[in-house]
Amino acid sequence: MKRSRFILAAGAALVLPLAPLVAQDSMPPAPYAYRQLPDPAQEAKAQALMETLRCLKCQSQSIADSDASMAGDMRNEVRTRIAAGEQPEAIRQWLIDRYGDYVSYTPQVKPLTWPLFAAPAVFLALAALLLRGRFRRANLRKDKP
Amino acid sequence: MSGPPSSAPRKPGLALWLPLALFAAFLALVVWGLLRPDNREVASTFIGKPIPAFDLPPASADRPGLTRAQFVGGKPRLLNIFASWCGPCAVEAPQLAQLAAAGAEIDGVAIRDRKDDLARFLAANGNPFARIGQDDLSKVQIGIGSSGVPETFVVDARGVIRYQHIGAIMPDDVPMILGKLKEAGQ
Repeated sequence: MKRSRFILAAGAALVLPLAPLVAQDSMPPAPYAYRQLPDPAQEAKAQALMETLRCLKCQSQSIADSDASMAGDMRNEVRTRIAAGEQPEAIRQWLIDRYGDYVSYTPQVKPLTWPLFAAPAVFLALAALLLRGRFRRANLRKDKP
Repeated sequence: MSGPPSSAPRKPGLALWLPLALFAAFLALVVWGLLRPDNREVASTFIGKPIPAFDLPPASADRPGLTRAQFVGGKPRLLNIFASWCGPCAVEAPQLAQLAAAGAEIDGVAIRDRKDDLARFLAANGNPFARIGQDDLSKVQIGIGSSGVPETFVVDARGVIRYQHIGAIMPDDVPMILGKLKEAGQ
């Protein structure tokens, strides 16, 4: 009798501090949270898009990676929109309109991000310029003596 | 390896310090990144836009459901995104009651919630809501750029979102929220 009460108390002491951690809904996942679309081509499109969308609950994961219930609801949103014939980039834009660029892992070309896209071309041009100077000097040396 | 014989080797000038300067700049960036207060809130970029169309069934027995049409006409309202399974939602309950007592009209959207859980939550924490919609797929939440519970939106009489409060409303926030409501009514 006493012992069982002790075990109960010990159990409660173990479980109680965990209570806030397990604060999560107990609802079944959204229909298309874990179910693929019947059409493989559509599913491939949805999967590619979901891998480049950020989960807002667990911010270093994509919604394709995350088991957060909100990520499941976002997958459901993406898959139902793809199934309805919406283009992936239109869905990305729809989400960016609501959450900002942060929701997308794929950078968009914008006034703020153009250096990202211009940098490779700038570096190539710089290298060409430097090499041209070098070759010219080397030729000069060859001709002189 | 020397340059053309005509030109004397140039003195290393400022260029010598360039790598060190670059390193110092990088270090400053790292320190700034480390010392900056951590902020993981994702603010909605849907402020200033009309709330999208939706039609949610009632989430509780004694309150009607929620549709977009109910936000148009009348006066500015608060839209509270919450859930019975959310700890901070219970924390902000007294503040919601205070807002309701001050004349604010509050509509709720219950995210992924069971009816009996919600009834228990409302019985324990009070029910300041005029209407409560049941959102099992987070449709409304995603539709207005909300990324968690609880969040509270000020919606003006034209159905346009005017302000987003992320996280629980604390006692200090109450006058500010009332101010935002008043602002939305002008």
